[in-house]
Amino acid sequence: MEVLEGPVRQVRVVLNSNYAVAYAVRDVDVDVIAAYPITPQTGVVGKLAEMIANGELEAEMIHVESEHSALSTIIGASAAGARVFTATSSQGLEFMHEVLHIASGMRLPLVMSVATRAVSAPINIWCDYSDLMNVRDSSWITFIASTAQEVYDTIIEAYMVAEDPRILLPVIVAYDGFWMSHTYEPLHVVADKRYVRSLVPRRDRVKLDPLKPVTMGSLVGPDWYYEIKYQQVEAMREAYDIIRERDRDMGKVLGRRYEPVEAYNIDDAEIAILTYGGIYGSLLKSVDRLRAEGYKIGAIRLRLWRPFPVDELYKVTRGLSTLIVVDRAISYGASIAGPVALEVIASLHRMRVDLDIVNYVAGIGGRPVAESDFKGMLELALKLGRRARELGTLYWGVRGVNYE
Amino acid sequence: MSWRELPIGGMVVEPGNSIARRTGDWRVFRPVINQDVCTRCLICWMYCPDGVIKLVDTPYRTSKGRVWSFTLEIDYDYCKGCGICAEECPVDAISMVEEVK
Repeated sequence: MEVLEGPVRQVRVVLNSNYAVAYAVRDVDVDVIAAYPITPQTGVVGKLAEMIANGELEAEMIHVESEHSALSTIIGASAAGARVFTATSSQGLEFMHEVLHIASGMRLPLVMSVATRAVSAPINIWCDYSDLMNVRDSSWITFIASTAQEVYDTIIEAYMVAEDPRILLPVIVAYDGFWMSHTYEPLHVVADKRYVRSLVPRRDRVKLDPLKPVTMGSLVGPDWYYEIKYQQVEAMREAYDIIRERDRDMGKVLGRRYEPVEAYNIDDAEIAILTYGGIYGSLLKSVDRLRAEGYKIGAIRLRLWRPFPVDELYKVTRGLSTLIVVDRAISYGASIAGPVALEVIASLHRMRVDLDIVNYVAGIGGRPVAESDFKGMLELALKLGRRARELGTLYWGVRGVNYE
Repeated sequence: MSWRELPIGGMVVEPGNSIARRTGDWRVFRPVINQDVCTRCLICWMYCPDGVIKLVDTPYRTSKGRVWSFTLEIDYDYCKGCGICAEECPVDAISMVEEVK
């Protein structure tokens, strides 16, 4: 077994991203897990159940009749002071929807993994980000990971951020259903889980305690509701700096430093392609090939979706003339149908940057996005020139759609 | 008070403060006890979900000459007018009277 020596001893294992979540949840010593099975997430809680059965993790696994109940259950457990976890996908995340707002409104430090998947109808179990994008405004801090290694690291980071007394917001760690949830990759996990536990110390917070009673989630009228929701605005804003601090900590102790926006070959790039999730790996390969063909192109990855990293995005896009944003969900009828592209445009507008932004929607319902697709998107964008921007969104690879 | 001073998430950190919220103004119909008909069975007192029916140490003599050692009174500061007492009363001693009248 290969061992990574450094500030912390780590061992190399081969896991899919579902199992990488389970390993991290085990290592942070979660107390209560409630989940309802849904493809492609099921492997996460299946593995956790196995870990509990084998005595590797001392936690309560609560079987519930729905995702609505799964989230409600961990809300209760978290309110009582427990460290909690759940996982879901697609319809399951949709079914949680109203409870998502309750979790964040009650300021509970829940952590949930989402193996992203298309939403019905038509029924489709494969990957896109329609499920995640639908819960954009529910006040959950949201990371999108690109590798199994990052999934493991980000779950640990998620607890550090969620439980920070300055934040107390729930966190989603998302990654591609199937493309990542069911594919195996080598990664390093911390050899001694006691070390991980020292990274996430048990911190005091207000909880349900019969000796010191409080009421959570009570009725608030028009006279104070807005102020309470504004607390969430501030917590989300503050979360950005705290996430940056925790990114640095993770870099120091685990040797893996993440950025809210990561860039590749960006310094002399004129054009860049931005995307998120597992297809970033294909994008990197594609960029290497396009560089060899003479294109001055770079790659950008969005890792942090909420709070949205406006400053970091500004830094990496400053020198560009064209930015291609490849989205993996559709906001039907929107001015720009790609949710991330819409946000990118809004951010750069706010920073008074005006560059040509071309939005593609690709990979819907699990359709593969390969290196050749990125090349094709680049070529089409260049061929269309200013028209690509005016079109708003280009639906990549749809039979019967032609922009030329 | 600004958003900063409010307890996080609108949590109520001071227990037992429901007394400060006078829910009587929710009422549309007011329960009124006919002391003469009331048999002091206490079914209303048991059924009231808000605990607003009080036993008061005031003796009462009925028109037929029976003397009760106590009286039942409703705390209208908190009675929401749900009508459960009137519904449950076995001798129809409680009537629901519209507040506007």
